[in-house]
Amino acid sequence: MAKIIENYRVSKDFFLMRVALGDIKSEDVRMGQFFMLRSGKNYPLLSRPISVFDVDSDSVSFLYQVVGEGTKIFSELKAHDNIEIDRPHGNGFPSVSGRIALVGGGVGVAPLYFTAKQLSENSGFNGENDIEKDLSDRANTFLETSIDIYLGFREEPALIERYEDIANKVIVNLGGFITDDIDTREYDYILSCGPTPMMKALYNKCKEQNSKAKLYVSMENRMACGIGACLVCTCETTKGNKRACKDGPVFLANEVFEIE
Amino acid sequence: MSDRLRTTFAGIEFKNPVALASGTCGFGKELSEYFDLEKLGGICSKGLTLNPRSGNIGIRVWETPSGMMNSVGLENPGIAHYIKEDLPRMRSLDLINIVNLGGHSIEDYVEAVEILNKEDIDILELNISCPNVKSGGMNFGIETGCARGIVKEIRKRYNGKLMIKLSPNAKDIVELASMCQEEGADAVSLVNTFLGMAIDIKNRKPVFANVNAGLSGPAIKPIALRMVHQVANAIDIPVMGLGGITSWQDAIEFIMAGATCIQVGTGTFMKPDISMDIIEGMEKFCLDEGIKNISEIRGIL
Ligand SMILES: Cc1cc2nc3c(=O)[nH]c(=O)nc-3n(C[C@H](O)[C@H](O)[C@H](O)COP(=O)(O)OP(=O)(O)OC[C@H]3O[C@@H](n4cnc5c(N)ncnc54)[C@H](O)[C@@H]3O)c2cc1C
Ligand SMILES: Cc1cc2nc3c(=O)[nH]c(=O)nc-3n(C[C@H](O)[C@H](O)[C@H](O)COP(=O)(O)O)c2cc1C
Ligand code: FES
Repeated sequence: MAKIIENYRVSKDFFLMRVALGDIKSEDVRMGQFFMLRSGKNYPLLSRPISVFDVDSDSVSFLYQVVGEGTKIFSELKAHDNIEIDRPHGNGFPSVSGRIALVGGGVGVAPLYFTAKQLSENSGFNGENDIEKDLSDRANTFLETSIDIYLGFREEPALIERYEDIANKVIVNLGGFITDDIDTREYDYILSCGPTPMMKALYNKCKEQNSKAKLYVSMENRMACGIGACLVCTCETTKGNKRACKDGPVFLANEVFEIE
Repeated sequence: MSDRLRTTFAGIEFKNPVALASGTCGFGKELSEYFDLEKLGGICSKGLTLNPRSGNIGIRVWETPSGMMNSVGLENPGIAHYIKEDLPRMRSLDLINIVNLGGHSIEDYVEAVEILNKEDIDILELNISCPNVKSGGMNFGIETGCARGIVKEIRKRYNGKLMIKLSPNAKDIVELASMCQEEGADAVSLVNTFLGMAIDIKNRKPVFANVNAGLSGPAIKPIALRMVHQVANAIDIPVMGLGGITSWQDAIEFIMAGATCIQVGTGTFMKPDISMDIIEGMEKFCLDEGIKNISEIRGIL
């Protein structure tokens, strides 16, 4: 059980919950990973997968939208209440550098904040670690990283200031299609999270624009165990079935969207 | 741990009567990050088939009040892959290794069993709740007559301990269990999932591509318990009981109803190490109640 530090509404639809990490080490949490959350109660039966919004030395934050029973219970919890946060799960976003776009739709914006933070920390030539890397890798680290963030919300934006603090630029779309606002050719990498139709539209746009950008998408499959044991979250890919919770949730877009 | 929970099941020694149910624990690997698997009495492998299967398309899980429905469709890497990649690790563990086998034709089951005969496994759990492709997809485990064909055939060929996993969707589960005993099975396990359905009312379509899916979890517990009680009272071979067990109290109920061992399935999704809580709770219950061995309260009803 972990202690809730704060839990409050940040916009009409979204809540932000900060929880003490307890035994979990902050350096073990990677961008794009998720935790399995459950309140102290036995029901609802299944834990809820929620992405890491942010991490600091002793706490982890979650940005979540109330959509049903489970998230409603989360929204009613108060500071000092207990919640179970089962360790970081999944592969997370790849550590890339260069010109990067992060594209989020709805509550899919949640993992992009920590992702932007980690990517900008990893970028540049920063001392000893890099000296050990081989030349090809070094070429990569010399690539200056710049991060543009595209956020699509249905009605009301949430926490935009935070994203603005860490990005080169932040583009917000309200009520429309965030995929209309991006020129995919401007990027080496695009990392995306949101509703599947949005991520598919983004993938199609990359193809139409003949973009060289490598597109990674974070899939939102329904889960039960969250650890890779039950196979209810299977994602069909060009490389066979993969478990969204263990082998994902992040996949190369062409691997998940090019199955006939 | 004392010997209070030590249990003999079909001639096999379990250090305690708690096993993990097929399909809810993979091949143990992921759960081993949460607890020491050797504290378990046993573990059932993910349902295997002769050839690899990619399972069902579409949504595979749907939560229900106090339960869940699944439509995994026996996704598995096939038995050859299992024998090469997972069995050696399972073998090296000090627990009872139960291999769960499914199939879609008698030929498939038979061929798989011939291969498994050469391997060192403790118990073969035969899942007969699979659609039989040759009879229009009708489940093998519904009609006693149809199930008899397969149990007879497998018993003839399999040299080791054979446990038949029964479907609660069977027309008459007591008759089905008696048939397994007649045909020489060493044990039965029950229950598998109950056939259920869910509808997405906005899309006006069934949630599951297969329309129906298997219901598990606490929602099914009272029915599973009733079935275990009826079956245990009707046969002499041991029963492994399961269906919605999520606490030590549930486990004790199943034992009192006549189960020799129990399995934990969906409960593991609530808490990966829930089986450890169950074992500890059972041990403490025996201590508090002055029970020297769990067998004293087995089938007392
Ligand atoms: C890897 C991953 C990361 C996620 N990150 C976030 C996040 O940071 N913030 C956030 O608000 N939401 C996130 N989600 C979605 C979130 O898990 C669901 O909104 C939540 O489970 C809904 O629970 P509920 O009880 O409120 O809704 P209900 O609809 O009552 O839930 C019923 C069941 O369906 C499942 N379910 C419903 N919607 C989804 C969905 N979109 N994705 C997966 N399972 C679903 C639930 O887990 C539950 O088992 C993420 C999902 C995944 C898979
Ligand atoms: C996700 C999932 C996958 C399952 N896969 C199998 C399987 O491959 N073979 C099998 O015999 N039973 C399978 N089952 C059934 C369980 O082993 C068990 O019989 C059933 O879920 C009832 O027990 P429970 O309520 O404790 O989960 C599966 C159940 C679930 C929830
Ligand atoms: S949720 Fe169980 S394998 Fe992914």
